[in-house]
This record gives sequence, structure tokens and C-alpha cells, in this order.
Amino acid sequence: MSAPGPSFAGKAAIVGIGQTEFSRHAGRTELQLACEAVTAALGDAGLSPRDVDGLVSYTVDPVEETELVRSVGIAEVAYSSRVPYGGGGSMGVLLHAASAVASGAADVVVAYRAIRARSGATRFGGAKVTPSPTSGHAGTTAMQWCMPFGVLTPASWMALNSTRYMHQFGVRSEDIGRAVVQLRAYAETNPAAWGFQRPMTLEDHQASRWIAEPCIHLLDCCQETDGSVAVVITSRARAGHLPQLPVAIGAAAGAGLFEQEIASDHYRGDLSVMEGSVALARRLFGSFGFDRDDIDVAMIYDAFSPILLMQLEALGFCGPGEAKDFVAEGNLGPDGSLPCNTNGGLIGEGYIHGLNLVLEGTRQLRGTAVNQIPDARTVLVTASRTGAILTTR
Amino acid sequence: MTTAEVSHAADGSPPRRPAPLLTDDNAFFWEAATEGRLVAQRCNGCGRLRHPPRPMCPDCRSLEFEIVPLSGRGSLYSYAILHHPRHPAFDYPLVAALVDLEEGIRLVSNLSGVEAAAIRIGMELEVGFDATENGGAVPVFRPVGADEPGRPS
Repeated sequence: MSAPGPSFAGKAAIVGIGQTEFSRHAGRTELQLACEAVTAALGDAGLSPRDVDGLVSYTVDPVEETELVRSVGIAEVAYSSRVPYGGGGSMGVLLHAASAVASGAADVVVAYRAIRARSGATRFGGAKVTPSPTSGHAGTTAMQWCMPFGVLTPASWMALNSTRYMHQFGVRSEDIGRAVVQLRAYAETNPAAWGFQRPMTLEDHQASRWIAEPCIHLLDCCQETDGSVAVVITSRARAGHLPQLPVAIGAAAGAGLFEQEIASDHYRGDLSVMEGSVALARRLFGSFGFDRDDIDVAMIYDAFSPILLMQLEALGFCGPGEAKDFVAEGNLGPDGSLPCNTNGGLIGEGYIHGLNLVLEGTRQLRGTAVNQIPDARTVLVTASRTGAILTTR
Repeated sequence: MTTAEVSHAADGSPPRRPAPLLTDDNAFFWEAATEGRLVAQRCNGCGRLRHPPRPMCPDCRSLEFEIVPLSGRGSLYSYAILHHPRHPAFDYPLVAALVDLEEGIRLVSNLSGVEAAAIRIGMELEVGFDATENGGAVPVFRPVGADEPGRPS
């Protein structure tokens, strides 16, 4: 594909993916988890750590580049970067990696995320009063205006926006629950997923305890997960000589807007619309040569289920307020118009802070997914304000 | 201009609410709240009110501003009744609120004095102040005319 748009478009490809098991107690450090995922991804790519000259992760990732380099035996790092905005920045690692490869700044870039969201020093969803207005340049400075009011968790930050969304469009908890039922149905057949062989009904969803009323039940939340994933990106020219079917990064973009941050961003005028995702879609479906109709599978950041519906609207797969009907009509399922989060998503598979969605998108394009969508050729991967379009066309 | 007494627990127990993080950029807001006043930054260049505080006006780039009093009245833009997880500094369920002040800025705060079933987006609110653990106070809200701060049931 010769894509228009930014000059990096279509010039880099995902050639390797790797992961650890996903669990609630990894029993080893994030550094070790990252080492395991990175070497697995390089093995999948048919490359060695000596081939790696670029590293990309999240600003909030605890694994230092220096430690990773000295552990897995990388010889020389030409390019490294970190993406802010936490999970909302997930897909930014693909933008950074593709840009680095296409520009020649690096030849083989590894994107990684290692996390002990459940067994680590602080549970990811736990209620904690942070001692600083910033946390590792994560894009969380407005959090300080939440802390004195007990608005201490990602669920509580997102609930404030989600309640407004539900009010604006008459969305009910059951409407959101139907999306969770679909995610869990995918997870039920995914051996790597937390939700493997754990069936869940809408009644189960409705009966689960409130986390943040009226929008987030327990079963609307992703699983705090321990684990690591890694993705290897190189040029399409080099990808042609490697064992896996190259998955081209046909488009990649970010859209961090004025007054936005991770999830504690409550200051834009209309919170019923995820305006960062609107802007992201304008970029992804703007000059890169892709239309929404081209998307065979969508992997959409679902830390909490209300934002899955909000992103379906913001990305333009349905109109404002229409996601509840879009979901109820079965469009997210394997036979729907937009099979979505076919690994079970972050809610059903596990929460490696969004990057595990990229692995599933890659598997879909290779034809190796557990819940394989026939003839998947183009996959959208998005997380709020960052996204990419992966393709084998 | 609102000046209100800072509320303490009826049983006289010391406040558990965590103190806000004070920086050179935001201290004026919290220090005013401790005195029972709700204030915001107003740009001397273009007159725009802004919150959260910041040193430069994002509209006109002026570094000059004054601290102005607010009426303390607003409406409920959104809310969430928080049940889990629970932090020992708060009582649950805890109502988190987004309050659109009549001057046009928004605050994250708490809502009290209303039963959960009676919470309505758009309801008119007025400010009060609740003590924090370090002897400070933060602005919190209740429905206009509510007699007693209460908790959702």
C-alpha cells in the first residue's frame, strides 16, 4: 500500500509479538516480566536482542530502559521515547516506533509495557491519595483537584464523565452491560484471558456491586492484571525477510486536546463526548487513505465499559447516543458490522494498560486469533486519544 | 461573595479529609477555602476566569491575574456515587460532583445534603466548606436551601 498522509504511513510493520501469562500475582518483577515478553516478541520476529536499536514505552512504565538493555543484552540504543497519557497513550507507542523506523532513526524498535496492576506496591484501581501533583509525567496533574474529594480511582474519574454521557443520551446500565456480555463471550474462549471459561450474563452484570453509581458496576471494570506484552516494529523492507506475515502500520496518530489528561480531565465543556477520540478519528480517517468501512476488526480501549460506547460514537462508527443501539444490535460480535475486542478486551482478557489490544489486532491480521474474524485485513487499534490502523492489504 | 463557616464533624472528631496539595500556583485557592471563601483566577489581560489555576492565561498569554471572589452558586453538571474501593478518610457512599459555577468555571467537589434518589443533573447548588486534616478546608456543595449536610442513603 502506498499511503498518502504523513510520510511514515505504511513504511513500518509489526513483525513480532510476545507476552507473559496474565495473572493476579506474577510473583516476579516488572523488569523480569518485560524481559520475558520482549524476548518472546523477538523470537516471534526471528530477531535477536542484538538487532534492537529502539525502545518505546509509556511514561508510567516502571521498567527503565537501562535495566532492560542490560538484562536482555541490547547492544546499542539509537532511539528511545515514552508516551504520556497512561492507557490513553497506549497506541502512541506505535506512532513513535513507526516514525522512528520510517525516518531511519532506528531499524528495529521494541514497544513494551510491563505492569503488576494487581500484586504491585499499589493496586491500580485502589483508592490512594497521591503525594505529588504529577506522577512520572503521566499527564495527571488535574488529579490533585480530585484527591481532597475522595475521587481517587480511575473508575471515579471516568464515572463523572460517564454519568453525564448516560444523562445526555438516556443510556442505561443495561445498555452498557450488553457490551460487557459480548466482551466476556469473546474472553470465554480465549485461554490467555482472565475470563476464559467464565460465562457471564446481563443478569450477572446487573447484580454485580456498584463501584460508581449509576454507571460502573464491578463487571464494567477491567481486571487489574500482572503481566507484560511487547511488540517488534521494523521497516517493511526488512519485514519481508522475516518469518511472520508483516502487519503494516498504515496509520498512526494522537490527539491530546486542550484541558485533557489521563482520566481526571473534567474541564472541557461537553464531557458526554470523548472529544479526543473525535479528533483522533479525524486524523486516522483523514489523510491516510482509510475509511471506517475498511475496518474489519476494532480494538478499542475498554478500561471501563462506558468509555467503549463513548468511543464507538466518537470514532464515528455510530452517531452520538447511538452506541447503545449499535451494541444491542450485535455489531460488536463476530457476525456484526464491527467485531470489537475479540480477545475479550481489557475487561475480558486483562489489563496490560491497552497494549495487549495491539497483540490481538496483530493476531487477527495474521489469521491466528482464537476468535478469528474471517478475512480480517485491516484492524483499528485505539485508546481514547491515540490510535493506529494495522493492515495486511 | 461567599464567606461561610467551615464545617466540622458533629461529634467533634478530627477531620479525616486529606489536605490538598499546595503549590505556588494553587495555594491561593486552598488558602481562601480555609477562610471560607471560594475564589478563582481572573486574567488581567482579557478578563477570563480560569480553573484549575495556572500561571499563564491560555487565551492571551498574560502572566498577570487577580484573585476574585465567586458567588458559590452553581449547578450539578455530573456526579458519581462512589461505593468501592473505600479510603479511610471518607464515608461511603461518597458523592463526587462536577459543579458548573454560575461564573462559568467547573469544580470537582462533593455533594451532600441530598438523598441519592433525589440527585438530579442540573440541580442548583451552593457552596460550603469542609475541614481537612491539616487545619485547612475545601469547597463542597449542597442543594440550595438544604438544611443539613447529609449523606445519600
